[in-house]
Amino acid sequence: MKTLPKERRYETLSYLPPLSDQQIVRQIDYMLAQGFIPAIEFEEDPAPDCHHWTLWKLPLFDARTSNDVLAEVRECRQEYSNCYIRVIGFDNIKQCQTVSFIVYKPGTGTVRY
Amino acid sequence: MVQTKASAGFKAGVQDYALTYYTPDYTPKDTDLLACFRMTPQPGVPPEEAAAAVAAESSTGTWTTVWTDGLTDLDRYKGRCYDVEAVPGEDNQYFCFVAYPLDLFEEGSVTNILTSLVGNVFGFKALKALRLEDIRFPVALVKTFQGPPHGISVERDHLNKYGRPLLGCTIKPKLGLSAKNYGRAVYECLRGGLDFTKDDENINSQPFMRWRDRFLFVQEAIEKAQAETNEVKGHYLNVTAATCEEMMKRAEFAKEIGTPIIMHDFLTGGFTANTTLAKWCRDNGVLLHIHRAMHAVIDRQRNHGIHFRVLAKCLRLSGGDHLHSGTVVGKLEGEKGITMGFVDLMREDYVEEDRSRGIFFTQDWASLPGVMPVASGGIHVWHMPALVEIFGDDSCLQFGGGTLGHPWGNAPGATANRVALEACVQARNEGRDLMREGGDIIREACKWSPELAVACELWKEIKFEFEAVDTL
Repeated sequence: MKTLPKERRYETLSYLPPLSDQQIVRQIDYMLAQGFIPAIEFEEDPAPDCHHWTLWKLPLFDARTSNDVLAEVRECRQEYSNCYIRVIGFDNIKQCQTVSFIVYKPGTGTVRY
Repeated sequence: MVQTKASAGFKAGVQDYALTYYTPDYTPKDTDLLACFRMTPQPGVPPEEAAAAVAAESSTGTWTTVWTDGLTDLDRYKGRCYDVEAVPGEDNQYFCFVAYPLDLFEEGSVTNILTSLVGNVFGFKALKALRLEDIRFPVALVKTFQGPPHGISVERDHLNKYGRPLLGCTIKPKLGLSAKNYGRAVYECLRGGLDFTKDDENINSQPFMRWRDRFLFVQEAIEKAQAETNEVKGHYLNVTAATCEEMMKRAEFAKEIGTPIIMHDFLTGGFTANTTLAKWCRDNGVLLHIHRAMHAVIDRQRNHGIHFRVLAKCLRLSGGDHLHSGTVVGKLEGEKGITMGFVDLMREDYVEEDRSRGIFFTQDWASLPGVMPVASGGIHVWHMPALVEIFGDDSCLQFGGGTLGHPWGNAPGATANRVALEACVQARNEGRDLMREGGDIIREACKWSPELAVACELWKEIKFEFEAVDTL
Protein backbone atom coordinates (compact mmCIF):
# COMPACT_ATOMS: atom_id res chain seq x y z
CA MET A 1 0.00 0.00 0.00
CA LYS A 2 1.24 3.50 -0.82
CA THR A 3 0.19 7.01 0.15
CA LEU A 4 -0.43 9.22 -2.85
CA PRO A 5 2.21 12.01 -2.80
CA LYS A 6 1.08 15.63 -3.07
CA GLU A 7 1.67 16.88 -6.60
CA ARG A 8 0.62 19.91 -8.58
CA ARG A 9 -1.15 19.16 -11.84
CA TYR A 10 -1.98 21.17 -14.93
CA GLU A 11 -5.21 19.67 -16.25
CA THR A 12 -5.64 17.53 -19.36
CA LEU A 13 -2.77 15.09 -20.00
CA SER A 14 -0.94 16.23 -16.85
CA TYR A 15 -1.41 12.77 -15.27
CA LEU A 16 0.67 11.23 -18.05
CA PRO A 17 4.46 11.13 -18.27
CA PRO A 18 5.73 14.36 -19.92
CA LEU A 19 4.87 14.34 -23.62
CA SER A 20 7.72 13.96 -26.10
CA ASP A 21 7.75 16.31 -29.08
CA GLN A 22 6.53 13.40 -31.20
CA GLN A 23 3.54 12.90 -28.86
CA ILE A 24 2.80 16.62 -28.86
CA VAL A 25 2.75 16.57 -32.66
CA ARG A 26 0.17 13.77 -32.69
CA GLN A 27 -2.12 15.68 -30.32
CA ILE A 28 -1.84 18.74 -32.53
CA ASP A 29 -2.59 16.64 -35.63
CA TYR A 30 -5.82 15.54 -33.99
CA MET A 31 -6.73 19.10 -33.13
CA LEU A 32 -6.09 20.35 -36.65
CA ALA A 33 -8.08 17.43 -38.09
CA GLN A 34 -11.05 18.57 -35.97
CA GLY A 35 -10.77 22.02 -37.50
CA PHE A 36 -9.76 23.70 -34.26
CA ILE A 37 -7.55 26.78 -34.19
CA PRO A 38 -4.37 26.16 -32.18
CA ALA A 39 -2.74 28.64 -29.82
CA ILE A 40 -0.02 28.58 -27.17
CA GLU A 41 -0.24 29.99 -23.66
CA PHE A 42 2.41 30.30 -20.94
CA GLU A 43 2.44 31.35 -17.29
CA GLU A 44 5.09 31.38 -14.62
CA ASP A 45 3.07 30.29 -11.61
CA PRO A 46 -0.53 29.65 -12.65
CA ALA A 47 -3.22 29.29 -9.99
CA PRO A 48 -6.04 26.79 -10.63
CA ASP A 49 -8.59 29.53 -11.25
CA CYS A 50 -6.27 31.47 -13.56
CA HIS A 51 -8.29 31.23 -16.78
CA HIS A 52 -6.08 33.33 -18.99
CA TRP A 53 -2.45 32.44 -19.27
CA THR A 54 -0.39 34.84 -21.35
CA LEU A 55 -0.90 34.24 -25.05
CA TRP A 56 2.19 33.46 -27.14
CA LYS A 57 1.87 35.82 -30.12
CA LEU A 58 -1.64 35.26 -31.58
CA PRO A 59 -3.68 32.09 -32.22
CA LEU A 60 -2.04 30.24 -35.10
CA PHE A 61 -4.79 30.78 -37.65
CA ASP A 62 -2.42 30.02 -40.50
CA ALA A 63 -0.91 26.83 -39.10
CA ARG A 64 -1.14 24.15 -41.79
CA THR A 65 0.82 21.36 -40.15
CA SER A 66 1.46 20.24 -36.62
CA ASN A 67 5.14 21.05 -37.13
CA ASP A 68 4.23 24.73 -37.65
CA VAL A 69 2.66 24.64 -34.18
CA LEU A 70 5.49 22.64 -32.64
CA ALA A 71 8.00 25.21 -33.94
CA GLU A 72 6.12 27.87 -31.98
CA VAL A 73 6.02 25.66 -28.87
CA ARG A 74 9.79 25.26 -29.11
CA GLU A 75 10.34 28.97 -29.55
CA CYS A 76 8.07 29.73 -26.58
CA ARG A 77 9.83 27.07 -24.48
CA GLN A 78 13.20 28.61 -25.29
CA GLU A 79 12.15 32.13 -24.44
CA TYR A 80 10.07 31.24 -21.35
CA SER A 81 11.81 28.16 -19.99
CA ASN A 82 10.76 29.20 -16.47
CA CYS A 83 7.06 29.00 -17.40
CA TYR A 84 4.40 26.34 -17.78
CA ILE A 85 3.29 26.03 -21.40
CA ARG A 86 0.06 24.62 -22.77
CA VAL A 87 -1.39 24.21 -26.24
CA ILE A 88 -5.01 25.25 -26.50
CA GLY A 89 -7.58 25.07 -29.29
CA PHE A 90 -10.59 27.12 -30.34
CA ASP A 91 -13.70 26.01 -32.21
CA ASN A 92 -14.95 29.03 -34.12
CA ILE A 93 -18.20 27.26 -35.08
CA LYS A 94 -19.23 26.47 -31.50
CA GLN A 95 -17.48 29.72 -30.56
CA CYS A 96 -15.64 28.38 -27.56
CA GLN A 97 -12.38 26.87 -26.39
CA THR A 98 -12.32 23.10 -26.81
CA VAL A 99 -8.73 22.00 -26.18
CA SER A 100 -6.04 22.56 -23.59
CA PHE A 101 -3.15 20.31 -22.68
CA ILE A 102 0.11 20.84 -20.91
CA VAL A 103 3.26 20.53 -23.03
CA TYR A 104 5.98 21.88 -20.76
CA LYS A 105 6.57 22.07 -17.01
CA PRO A 106 9.73 23.74 -15.76
CA GLY A 107 11.83 21.62 -13.38
CA THR A 108 9.92 18.39 -13.99
CA GLY A 109 12.57 16.27 -12.28
CA THR A 110 10.54 16.11 -9.06
CA VAL A 111 7.32 14.82 -10.63
CA ARG A 112 6.66 11.07 -10.74
CA TYR A 113 4.61 11.16 -13.92
CA MET B 1 -61.19 24.04 -42.53
CA VAL B 2 -64.29 22.41 -41.07
CA GLN B 3 -65.52 24.22 -37.97
CA THR B 4 -66.15 21.81 -35.14
CA LYS B 5 -68.53 24.13 -33.31
CA ALA B 6 -72.10 22.80 -33.46
CA SER B 7 -74.25 25.23 -35.43
CA ALA B 8 -77.58 24.07 -34.00
CA GLY B 9 -77.13 25.15 -30.39
CA PHE B 10 -76.23 22.99 -27.39
CA LYS B 11 -76.93 19.27 -27.54
CA ALA B 12 -76.11 17.37 -24.34
CA GLY B 13 -74.60 13.89 -24.47
CA VAL B 14 -71.51 11.82 -25.08
CA GLN B 15 -69.90 12.15 -28.51
CA ASP B 16 -67.29 9.98 -30.16
CA TYR B 17 -63.96 11.71 -29.65
CA ALA B 18 -62.89 10.69 -33.15
CA LEU B 19 -65.39 13.07 -34.70
CA THR B 20 -63.61 16.07 -33.23
CA TYR B 21 -60.08 15.04 -32.36
CA TYR B 22 -58.99 12.60 -35.09
CA THR B 23 -57.92 14.70 -38.07
CA PRO B 24 -55.63 12.64 -40.34
CA ASP B 25 -55.57 15.43 -42.95
CA TYR B 26 -54.09 17.98 -40.57
CA THR B 27 -50.57 19.21 -41.30
CA PRO B 28 -48.86 20.20 -38.04
CA LYS B 29 -47.73 23.80 -37.79
CA ASP B 30 -44.18 24.83 -36.89
CA THR B 31 -45.59 26.34 -33.71
CA ASP B 32 -47.47 23.21 -32.62
CA LEU B 33 -46.16 21.10 -29.78
CA LEU B 34 -46.05 17.51 -31.10
CA ALA B 35 -46.25 14.37 -29.02
CA CYS B 36 -45.89 10.70 -29.83
CA PHE B 37 -47.69 8.24 -27.55
CA ARG B 38 -47.39 4.46 -27.57
CA MET B 39 -50.95 3.42 -27.02
CA THR B 40 -52.47 0.05 -26.07
CA PRO B 41 -56.28 0.33 -26.43
CA GLN B 42 -58.63 -1.90 -24.46
CA PRO B 43 -59.90 -4.82 -26.54
CA GLY B 44 -62.62 -3.69 -28.93
CA VAL B 45 -61.68 0.01 -28.91
CA PRO B 46 -60.68 1.14 -32.44
CA PRO B 47 -57.21 2.75 -32.49
CA GLU B 48 -58.47 5.96 -34.12
CA GLU B 49 -61.07 6.43 -31.39
CA ALA B 50 -58.53 5.71 -28.66
CA ALA B 51 -56.01 8.08 -30.28
CA ALA B 52 -58.62 10.80 -30.55
CA ALA B 53 -59.45 10.27 -26.89
CA VAL B 54 -55.78 10.76 -26.02
CA ALA B 55 -55.70 14.01 -28.00
CA ALA B 56 -58.93 15.15 -26.36
CA GLU B 57 -58.15 14.22 -22.78
CA SER B 58 -54.70 15.77 -22.96
CA SER B 59 -56.06 19.05 -24.35
CA THR B 60 -59.55 20.53 -24.35
CA GLY B 61 -61.82 17.51 -24.05
CA THR B 62 -64.10 16.31 -21.29
CA TRP B 63 -65.99 13.01 -21.42
CA THR B 64 -69.30 14.69 -22.15
CA THR B 65 -70.37 17.81 -24.01
CA VAL B 66 -70.75 20.96 -21.86
CA TRP B 67 -72.58 24.13 -22.83
CA THR B 68 -69.58 26.35 -22.11
CA ASP B 69 -67.81 24.64 -25.06
CA GLY B 70 -70.01 26.96 -27.09
CA LEU B 71 -68.23 30.01 -25.69
CA THR B 72 -64.80 28.94 -26.95
CA ASP B 73 -63.12 28.52 -30.30
CA LEU B 74 -62.39 24.81 -30.10
CA ASP B 75 -60.39 24.79 -33.34
CA ARG B 76 -57.93 27.15 -31.80
CA TYR B 77 -57.33 25.04 -28.71
CA LYS B 78 -57.97 21.39 -29.42
CA GLY B 79 -55.21 18.78 -29.66
CA ARG B 80 -55.40 16.85 -32.93
CA CYS B 81 -54.40 13.30 -33.52
CA TYR B 82 -52.94 13.54 -37.02
CA ASP B 83 -51.45 10.07 -37.40
CA VAL B 84 -51.79 6.55 -36.00
CA GLU B 85 -49.28 3.82 -36.84
CA ALA B 86 -49.24 0.21 -35.70
CA VAL B 87 -46.06 -0.49 -33.68
CA PRO B 88 -44.01 -3.00 -35.72
CA GLY B 89 -43.88 -6.43 -34.12
CA GLU B 90 -46.58 -5.69 -31.52
CA ASP B 91 -50.09 -7.01 -31.43
CA ASN B 92 -52.22 -4.20 -30.16
CA GLN B 93 -49.91 -1.19 -29.83
CA TYR B 94 -50.02 2.00 -31.85
CA PHE B 95 -47.91 5.12 -32.13
CA CYS B 96 -50.35 8.00 -31.93
CA PHE B 97 -49.16 11.45 -32.99
CA VAL B 98 -50.85 14.50 -31.53
CA ALA B 99 -50.39 18.18 -32.39
CA TYR B 100 -51.19 20.72 -29.68
CA PRO B 101 -51.64 24.42 -30.46
CA LEU B 102 -49.08 26.70 -28.81
CA ASP B 103 -51.77 28.65 -26.96
CA LEU B 104 -52.56 25.64 -24.76
CA PHE B 105 -49.40 26.20 -22.75
CA GLU B 106 -48.08 28.77 -20.35
CA GLU B 107 -44.71 30.20 -21.34
CA GLY B 108 -41.68 28.79 -19.54
CA SER B 109 -43.55 26.14 -17.55
CA VAL B 110 -42.62 22.47 -17.84
CA THR B 111 -45.08 21.85 -15.03
CA ASN B 112 -47.91 23.18 -17.16
CA ILE B 113 -46.93 21.17 -20.25
CA LEU B 114 -46.73 17.90 -18.34
CA THR B 115 -49.95 18.55 -16.46
CA SER B 116 -51.71 18.70 -19.82
CA LEU B 117 -49.91 15.97 -21.70
CA VAL B 118 -49.56 13.34 -19.02
CA GLY B 119 -52.32 14.36 -16.63
CA ASN B 120 -55.66 12.54 -16.53
CA VAL B 121 -55.16 10.79 -19.84
CA PHE B 122 -52.90 8.09 -18.39
CA GLY B 123 -55.75 6.74 -16.30
CA PHE B 124 -58.20 6.81 -19.17
CA LYS B 125 -60.43 3.72 -19.14
CA ALA B 126 -60.49 3.06 -22.88
CA LEU B 127 -56.74 2.49 -22.75
CA LYS B 128 -54.97 -0.47 -21.28
CA ALA B 129 -51.63 1.36 -21.26
CA LEU B 130 -50.10 4.55 -22.56
CA ARG B 131 -46.53 5.75 -22.88
CA LEU B 132 -45.32 9.17 -23.91
CA GLU B 133 -42.42 8.41 -26.24
CA ASP B 134 -41.31 11.83 -27.42
CA ILE B 135 -42.25 15.51 -27.57
CA ARG B 136 -41.27 18.08 -30.20
CA PHE B 137 -41.07 21.46 -28.50
CA PRO B 138 -41.62 24.19 -31.08
CA VAL B 139 -38.94 26.88 -31.20
CA ALA B 140 -41.59 29.45 -30.25
CA LEU B 141 -42.06 27.63 -26.95
CA VAL B 142 -38.37 26.74 -26.41
CA LYS B 143 -37.59 30.46 -26.55
CA THR B 144 -39.74 31.07 -23.46
CA PHE B 145 -37.39 28.93 -21.34
CA GLN B 146 -34.05 29.87 -19.84
CA GLY B 147 -32.87 26.24 -19.85
CA PRO B 148 -29.56 25.12 -18.32
CA PRO B 149 -28.02 27.82 -16.10
CA HIS B 150 -24.66 27.62 -17.90
CA GLY B 151 -24.40 24.75 -20.36
CA ILE B 152 -21.45 22.62 -21.34
CA SER B 153 -19.07 25.17 -22.86
CA VAL B 154 -19.56 27.76 -20.11
CA GLU B 155 -19.09 25.07 -17.46
CA ARG B 156 -15.78 24.11 -19.08
CA ASP B 157 -14.67 27.73 -19.04
CA HIS B 158 -15.57 28.00 -15.34
CA LEU B 159 -13.64 24.83 -14.57
CA ASN B 160 -10.67 25.39 -16.88
CA LYS B 161 -11.02 21.82 -18.19
CA TYR B 162 -10.98 21.01 -21.90
CA GLY B 163 -10.60 18.15 -24.31
CA ARG B 164 -11.55 15.30 -22.01
CA PRO B 165 -14.55 13.93 -20.09
CA LEU B 166 -14.86 15.13 -16.50
CA LEU B 167 -14.37 12.66 -13.67
CA GLY B 168 -16.56 12.27 -10.62
CA CYS B 169 -17.43 9.96 -7.75
CA THR B 170 -20.36 9.58 -5.37
CA ILE B 171 -19.27 9.45 -1.74
CA LYS B 172 -20.21 6.21 0.01
CA PRO B 173 -21.55 4.79 2.26
CA LYS B 174 -24.59 6.73 1.18
CA LEU B 175 -25.91 7.18 4.71
CA GLY B 176 -24.33 7.46 8.13
CA LEU B 177 -21.03 9.32 7.72
CA SER B 178 -20.48 12.32 9.99
CA ALA B 179 -19.86 15.62 8.23
CA LYS B 180 -16.17 15.64 9.10
CA ASN B 181 -15.56 12.06 7.97
CA TYR B 182 -17.50 12.83 4.83
CA GLY B 183 -15.29 15.85 4.16
CA ARG B 184 -12.21 13.67 4.42
CA ALA B 185 -13.56 11.21 1.86
CA VAL B 186 -14.21 14.16 -0.48
CA TYR B 187 -10.73 15.61 0.03
CA GLU B 188 -9.01 12.29 -0.66
CA CYS B 189 -10.94 11.78 -3.90
CA LEU B 190 -10.32 15.29 -5.16
CA ARG B 191 -6.63 15.39 -4.33
CA GLY B 192 -6.22 12.12 -6.24
CA GLY B 193 -7.33 13.74 -9.48
CA LEU B 194 -11.12 13.73 -9.69
CA ASP B 195 -12.84 16.91 -10.82
CA PHE B 196 -15.97 16.36 -8.77
CA THR B 197 -17.40 14.36 -5.95
CA LYS B 198 -21.11 14.02 -5.38
CA ASP B 199 -23.63 13.83 -2.56
CA ASP B 200 -25.71 10.72 -2.76
CA GLU B 201 -29.28 11.63 -3.71
CA ASN B 202 -30.72 10.64 -0.37
CA ILE B 203 -28.22 12.78 1.54
CA ASN B 204 -30.27 15.85 2.40
CA SER B 205 -30.04 16.84 6.07
CA GLN B 206 -30.43 13.86 8.35
CA PRO B 207 -29.65 13.54 12.05
CA PHE B 208 -26.23 11.95 11.40
CA MET B 209 -25.10 14.82 9.15
CA ARG B 210 -26.92 18.14 8.97
CA TRP B 211 -26.60 20.04 5.71
CA ARG B 212 -24.72 23.04 7.02
CA ASP B 213 -22.00 20.97 8.66
CA ARG B 214 -21.62 18.93 5.48
CA PHE B 215 -21.38 22.04 3.31
CA LEU B 216 -18.62 23.55 5.45
CA PHE B 217 -16.47 20.42 5.75
CA VAL B 218 -16.87 19.69 2.05
CA GLN B 219 -15.94 23.22 1.05
CA GLU B 220 -12.80 23.00 3.17
CA ALA B 221 -11.98 19.73 1.38
CA ILE B 222 -12.49 21.35 -2.02
CA GLU B 223 -10.25 24.29 -1.19
CA LYS B 224 -7.50 22.13 0.24
CA ALA B 225 -7.53 19.74 -2.72
CA GLN B 226 -7.56 22.66 -5.12
CA ALA B 227 -4.55 24.30 -3.48
CA GLU B 228 -2.69 21.01 -3.39
CA THR B 229 -3.33 19.82 -6.95
CA ASN B 230 -3.54 23.24 -8.59
CA GLU B 231 -6.73 22.18 -10.41
CA VAL B 232 -10.32 23.40 -10.03
CA LYS B 233 -12.39 21.07 -7.86
CA GLY B 234 -16.05 20.78 -6.94
CA HIS B 235 -18.59 18.73 -5.01
CA TYR B 236 -22.28 18.53 -5.92
CA LEU B 237 -23.82 19.82 -2.69
CA ASN B 238 -27.35 18.44 -2.67
CA VAL B 239 -29.79 21.24 -1.86
CA THR B 240 -32.91 19.11 -2.41
CA ALA B 241 -35.15 19.82 0.57
CA ALA B 242 -38.66 19.51 1.91
CA THR B 243 -39.71 23.02 0.91
CA CYS B 244 -38.60 25.48 -1.76
CA GLU B 245 -37.69 27.98 0.95
CA GLU B 246 -35.37 25.47 2.60
CA MET B 247 -33.88 24.51 -0.78
CA MET B 248 -33.13 28.15 -1.56
CA LYS B 249 -31.67 28.70 1.91
CA ARG B 250 -29.18 25.88 1.33
CA ALA B 251 -28.38 27.14 -2.16
CA GLU B 252 -27.72 30.64 -0.83
CA PHE B 253 -25.38 29.26 1.81
CA ALA B 254 -23.54 27.16 -0.78
CA LYS B 255 -22.93 30.27 -2.83
CA GLU B 256 -21.88 32.26 0.22
CA ILE B 257 -19.10 29.80 1.03
CA GLY B 258 -17.98 29.89 -2.61
CA THR B 259 -18.80 26.38 -3.76
CA PRO B 260 -18.88 26.00 -7.57
CA ILE B 261 -21.72 23.48 -8.05
CA ILE B 262 -24.88 22.34 -6.28
CA MET B 263 -27.28 19.50 -6.92
CA HIS B 264 -31.01 18.85 -7.17
CA ASP B 265 -33.29 15.87 -7.72
CA PHE B 266 -35.66 17.08 -10.42
CA LEU B 267 -38.34 14.38 -10.26
CA THR B 268 -38.78 13.97 -6.52
CA GLY B 269 -38.26 17.73 -6.03
CA GLY B 270 -40.54 18.59 -8.92
CA PHE B 271 -40.24 20.76 -12.01
CA THR B 272 -41.43 23.96 -10.34
CA ALA B 273 -38.71 23.74 -7.70
CA ASN B 274 -36.16 22.74 -10.33
CA THR B 275 -36.91 25.66 -12.61
CA THR B 276 -36.76 28.08 -9.70
CA LEU B 277 -33.38 26.71 -8.68
CA ALA B 278 -32.03 26.72 -12.25
CA LYS B 279 -32.90 30.39 -12.66
CA TRP B 280 -31.26 31.21 -9.35
CA CYS B 281 -28.16 29.27 -10.45
CA ARG B 282 -27.75 31.38 -13.58
CA ASP B 283 -28.26 34.58 -11.64
CA ASN B 284 -25.68 33.52 -9.08
CA GLY B 285 -23.06 31.74 -11.18
CA VAL B 286 -23.46 28.35 -9.51
CA LEU B 287 -23.41 25.18 -11.65
CA LEU B 288 -26.34 22.78 -11.26
CA HIS B 289 -26.05 19.00 -11.22
CA ILE B 290 -29.33 17.11 -11.65
CA HIS B 291 -30.03 13.67 -10.26
CA ARG B 292 -32.98 11.59 -11.51
CA ALA B 293 -34.24 9.54 -8.53
CA MET B 294 -37.67 8.01 -9.32
CA HIS B 295 -37.12 8.01 -13.07
CA ALA B 296 -37.35 4.23 -13.44
CA VAL B 297 -40.78 4.30 -11.82
CA ILE B 298 -41.88 6.50 -14.69
CA ASP B 299 -39.79 5.30 -17.62
CA ARG B 300 -39.06 1.61 -17.18
CA GLN B 301 -42.21 -0.03 -18.59
CA ARG B 302 -42.19 -0.30 -22.36
CA ASN B 303 -45.90 0.18 -22.77
CA HIS B 304 -46.75 2.63 -19.99
CA GLY B 305 -45.32 5.79 -18.51
CA ILE B 306 -42.96 8.38 -19.98
CA HIS B 307 -39.76 7.57 -21.85
CA PHE B 308 -36.64 9.06 -20.28
CA ARG B 309 -35.91 11.04 -23.45
CA VAL B 310 -39.01 13.10 -22.65
CA LEU B 311 -37.92 13.62 -19.05
CA ALA B 312 -34.45 14.61 -20.30
CA LYS B 313 -35.88 17.10 -22.78
CA CYS B 314 -38.12 18.54 -20.07
CA LEU B 315 -35.09 18.91 -17.81
CA ARG B 316 -33.20 20.77 -20.54
CA LEU B 317 -36.06 23.27 -20.65
CA SER B 318 -36.44 23.46 -16.87
CA GLY B 319 -32.69 23.81 -16.40
CA GLY B 320 -29.69 21.79 -15.26
CA ASP B 321 -26.04 21.68 -16.30
CA HIS B 322 -25.58 17.93 -15.69
CA LEU B 323 -28.07 15.07 -15.92
CA HIS B 324 -27.62 11.37 -15.24
CA SER B 325 -28.08 9.36 -18.42
CA GLY B 326 -26.97 5.80 -17.66
CA THR B 327 -23.63 4.24 -18.56
CA VAL B 328 -24.46 2.15 -21.66
CA VAL B 329 -21.40 -0.07 -21.21
CA GLY B 330 -22.28 -3.72 -21.03
CA LYS B 331 -25.68 -3.13 -22.56
CA LEU B 332 -27.02 -4.36 -25.88
CA GLU B 333 -26.52 -2.38 -29.08
CA GLY B 334 -30.19 -1.39 -29.40
CA GLU B 335 -30.30 0.13 -25.97
CA LYS B 336 -27.01 1.91 -26.57
CA GLY B 337 -28.46 3.61 -29.65
CA ILE B 338 -31.50 4.74 -27.71
CA THR B 339 -29.40 6.09 -24.84
CA MET B 340 -27.12 7.97 -27.20
CA GLY B 341 -30.25 9.30 -28.92
CA PHE B 342 -31.35 11.10 -25.78
CA VAL B 343 -27.79 12.05 -24.93
CA ASP B 344 -27.77 13.93 -28.25
CA LEU B 345 -31.08 15.53 -27.30
CA MET B 346 -29.42 16.72 -24.09
CA ARG B 347 -26.30 18.26 -25.56
CA GLU B 348 -26.73 19.06 -29.29
CA ASP B 349 -28.40 22.16 -30.66
CA TYR B 350 -30.27 20.46 -33.50
CA VAL B 351 -31.24 16.79 -33.55
CA GLU B 352 -32.79 15.07 -36.57
CA GLU B 353 -35.62 12.54 -36.36
CA ASP B 354 -34.17 9.04 -36.17
CA ARG B 355 -36.56 6.21 -35.28
CA SER B 356 -33.70 3.73 -34.88
CA ARG B 357 -32.53 5.80 -31.90
CA GLY B 358 -36.03 6.46 -30.59
CA ILE B 359 -36.10 10.05 -31.81
CA PHE B 360 -39.57 10.60 -33.26
CA PHE B 361 -39.23 14.30 -34.02
CA THR B 362 -36.56 16.65 -35.25
CA GLN B 363 -35.81 19.01 -32.36
CA ASP B 364 -34.39 22.48 -32.81
CA TRP B 365 -33.20 23.83 -29.45
CA ALA B 366 -32.56 27.30 -30.84
CA SER B 367 -29.28 27.86 -28.93
CA LEU B 368 -30.62 26.69 -25.56
CA PRO B 369 -27.46 25.61 -23.67
CA GLY B 370 -26.59 21.90 -23.63
CA VAL B 371 -26.78 19.53 -20.66
CA MET B 372 -23.76 17.39 -19.84
CA PRO B 373 -24.64 13.68 -19.59
CA VAL B 374 -23.42 11.91 -16.46
CA ALA B 375 -22.55 8.21 -16.68
CA SER B 376 -22.56 6.78 -13.19
CA GLY B 377 -22.85 3.44 -11.46
CA GLY B 378 -21.11 0.07 -11.61
CA ILE B 379 -18.20 1.24 -13.74
CA HIS B 380 -14.44 0.93 -13.17
CA VAL B 381 -11.11 1.49 -14.92
CA TRP B 382 -11.59 -1.33 -17.42
CA HIS B 383 -14.72 0.39 -18.72
CA MET B 384 -12.83 3.61 -19.41
CA PRO B 385 -11.97 3.02 -23.09
CA ALA B 386 -15.59 2.19 -23.97
CA LEU B 387 -16.93 5.16 -21.97
CA VAL B 388 -14.57 7.63 -23.67
CA GLU B 389 -15.44 6.20 -27.07
CA ILE B 390 -19.21 6.21 -26.51
CA PHE B 391 -19.71 9.46 -24.62
CA GLY B 392 -16.89 11.58 -26.01
CA ASP B 393 -15.42 14.59 -24.25
CA ASP B 394 -18.63 16.36 -23.24
CA SER B 395 -19.61 14.01 -20.46
CA CYS B 396 -19.00 13.35 -16.80
CA LEU B 397 -17.90 9.82 -15.88
CA GLN B 398 -18.57 8.86 -12.28
CA PHE B 399 -16.80 5.99 -10.61
CA GLY B 400 -18.17 5.49 -7.07
CA GLY B 401 -17.11 2.02 -5.99
CA GLY B 402 -14.54 2.23 -8.78
CA THR B 403 -12.75 5.00 -6.83
CA LEU B 404 -13.54 4.32 -3.16
CA GLY B 405 -13.06 0.57 -3.53
CA HIS B 406 -9.39 0.91 -4.53
CA PRO B 407 -7.22 -1.21 -2.18
CA TRP B 408 -5.07 1.83 -1.30
CA GLY B 409 -7.98 4.20 -0.68
CA ASN B 410 -9.73 7.12 -2.33
CA ALA B 411 -6.79 9.22 -3.54
CA PRO B 412 -4.91 6.42 -5.32
CA GLY B 413 -8.29 5.20 -6.61
CA ALA B 414 -8.95 8.62 -8.08
CA THR B 415 -5.47 8.74 -9.64
CA ALA B 416 -6.04 5.32 -11.23
CA ASN B 417 -9.17 6.60 -12.91
CA ARG B 418 -7.59 9.87 -14.00
CA VAL B 419 -4.56 8.08 -15.47
CA ALA B 420 -6.82 5.62 -17.31
CA LEU B 421 -8.93 8.50 -18.62
CA GLU B 422 -5.98 10.52 -19.88
CA ALA B 423 -4.32 7.46 -21.41
CA CYS B 424 -7.54 6.81 -23.34
CA VAL B 425 -7.90 10.43 -24.46
CA GLN B 426 -4.28 10.54 -25.60
CA ALA B 427 -4.63 7.25 -27.48
CA ARG B 428 -7.90 8.28 -29.13
CA ASN B 429 -6.35 11.54 -30.30
CA GLU B 430 -3.41 9.60 -31.70
CA GLY B 431 -5.87 7.67 -33.86
CA ARG B 432 -6.02 4.42 -31.92
CA ASP B 433 -9.28 2.46 -31.78
CA LEU B 434 -10.45 2.47 -28.15
CA MET B 435 -13.00 -0.30 -28.60
CA ARG B 436 -10.43 -2.68 -30.08
CA GLU B 437 -7.22 -1.62 -28.31
CA GLY B 438 -8.72 -0.35 -25.04
CA GLY B 439 -7.35 -3.22 -22.96
CA ASP B 440 -3.83 -2.69 -24.33
CA ILE B 441 -3.99 1.04 -23.70
CA ILE B 442 -4.92 0.47 -20.04
CA ARG B 443 -2.26 -2.23 -19.62
CA GLU B 444 0.42 0.05 -21.10
CA ALA B 445 -0.44 2.78 -18.57
CA CYS B 446 -0.28 0.23 -15.74
CA LYS B 447 3.45 -0.08 -16.44
CA TRP B 448 4.18 3.40 -15.15
CA SER B 449 1.20 4.01 -12.81
CA PRO B 450 1.22 1.74 -9.75
CA GLU B 451 -2.19 3.13 -8.70
CA LEU B 452 -3.73 1.99 -11.97
CA ALA B 453 -1.94 -1.35 -11.86
CA VAL B 454 -3.46 -2.12 -8.46
CA ALA B 455 -6.94 -1.11 -9.65
CA CYS B 456 -6.60 -3.31 -12.73
CA GLU B 457 -5.56 -6.18 -10.53
CA LEU B 458 -8.65 -5.84 -8.32
CA TRP B 459 -11.25 -5.32 -11.03
CA LYS B 460 -10.78 -7.84 -13.79
CA GLU B 461 -12.08 -7.16 -17.25
CA ILE B 462 -15.73 -7.65 -16.19
CA LYS B 463 -18.64 -7.47 -18.59
CA PHE B 464 -22.22 -6.78 -17.52
CA GLU B 465 -24.71 -8.65 -19.69
CA PHE B 466 -28.40 -8.22 -18.95
CA GLU B 467 -31.37 -8.38 -21.27
CA ALA B 468 -32.25 -4.87 -22.45
CA VAL B 469 -35.58 -3.59 -21.18
CA ASP B 470 -35.58 -0.56 -23.42
CA THR B 471 -35.88 -1.64 -27.03
CA LEU B 472 -38.04 -0.14 -29.71
